[in-house]
Amino acid sequence: MTILDKFQTLANAKADLVGGGVNPFRVVTERIISATEGIVNGRRTILAGTNNYLGLTFDPQCIQAARDAVQEQGTGTTGSRMANGTYACHQALEQDLAEFYGDGCSAIVFSTGYLANLGILSTVAGQGDVILLDADCHASIYDGCRMSDADMIRFRHNDVNDLEKRLRRLGDRASRTLILVEGIYSMLGDRAPLADIASVKQRYGAYLLVDEAHSLGVLGQRGRGLVEEVRVEDKVDFIVGTFSKSLGGIGGFCVSRQPELEIIRYAIRPYVFTASPSPSVIASTRIALQILSERSELRDQLWNNAHHLYHGLQAQGFLLGPEPSPVVAVILENKEQLLLSWNSLLEHGVYVNLVLPPGAPNGACLLRCSVSAAHTYDQIEAILAAFSSVREAVLA
Amino acid sequence: MPSYETIFAELYEALQPFAKEGQVLNEDTQLVADLGLDSVQVMELLLQIEDRFDISIPLNILPEVRTINDLALQLHTMTT
Repeated sequence: MTILDKFQTLANAKADLVGGGVNPFRVVTERIISATEGIVNGRRTILAGTNNYLGLTFDPQCIQAARDAVQEQGTGTTGSRMANGTYACHQALEQDLAEFYGDGCSAIVFSTGYLANLGILSTVAGQGDVILLDADCHASIYDGCRMSDADMIRFRHNDVNDLEKRLRRLGDRASRTLILVEGIYSMLGDRAPLADIASVKQRYGAYLLVDEAHSLGVLGQRGRGLVEEVRVEDKVDFIVGTFSKSLGGIGGFCVSRQPELEIIRYAIRPYVFTASPSPSVIASTRIALQILSERSELRDQLWNNAHHLYHGLQAQGFLLGPEPSPVVAVILENKEQLLLSWNSLLEHGVYVNLVLPPGAPNGACLLRCSVSAAHTYDQIEAILAAFSSVREAVLA
Repeated sequence: MPSYETIFAELYEALQPFAKEGQVLNEDTQLVADLGLDSVQVMELLLQIEDRFDISIPLNILPEVRTINDLALQLHTMTT
């Protein structure tokens, strides 16, 4: 027995997948053409699984800002925010985020969204504290919880009664509890019943963190996410988000009205011990944030496209996630159907995310689509036509 | 406060559907190695037990739980 033997199980699982004739590990985007198209494995392909909700990756202003920054400030900072890696642009973006979320907010910028969750959760919740997390939370949330010394308890997905039951069981410890939910859940595209969750949180004196990774730029009049949409800004203690979806870059952030956020910064290991984001990424993100807040027509277009795809697939008879959203999850019966369908979509020139168990809630098999404001009407129709062909060829 | 016997009885009942044909569950039966529970099934099992005993089980205990007996000991501590 060696330390490497344990990876044999994974190697066997991979061999099983590939042996079935479908190899999901060989997908390479050889050339990216636009926010919604690329050359994938030699074929011109509509990209319908990129989380590029507002389609800003090719926005000319964002590109110009990044180009200027790389020219003026170089390719990277080569250091941590705590050492040489805090540039004026990092502080400026933190100021932008604080202003975007409103009076009394402060912000911390992280190198990725994953690190934002890892950093905040592992630091804010400590020994003797409790984390109550929605069962469907993202892996970065689970990993952040594991890195904390807090007791980590799940509640049933979107079940406010189950959450309240668990707060009640905690007794006095409820006031030392951090509740974790997401604005829009990444796999099924459903949103948290946030108004009710915020009320329960208030009643028990707990703290509430909302991860808006998939809802920033997607929900709310100014794109601030579900917290803005249901008007609970004053009841939410921490908001975490990412730059790598609707903002088209890479990085993450935490925003809070808690004055302690500024001091927490210095205790966050995934902030202190990693290099800060490149100035070019920060520059494009600052412009993207401005576009996100000012151009609500992008959100309107995104939702038009989301409804178009969701209702089109529904009309074809597919079983979908519970509500229309820019994340459209097609739920299939088994792994074999999933692999064949996913591969067939690729052959029809459509890329979606392949989600194998246990990647999705309840071990579901998902073809996970994500819609962009940049998708044209014709592209959504082409995606629907590809699904229709797959249904006839593979799922009939 | 449920007795050990009650806890074991509940666990055997909850885990019986995972037993292979002819397999008899006992205290030393391993949840993953013997019964083949995957991560999703472990989570479902916890939810079922939580409802039965009106407790919340921290996921932090899982690395310490390999056998039915390990789980019973943890549950006994939590319900005491």
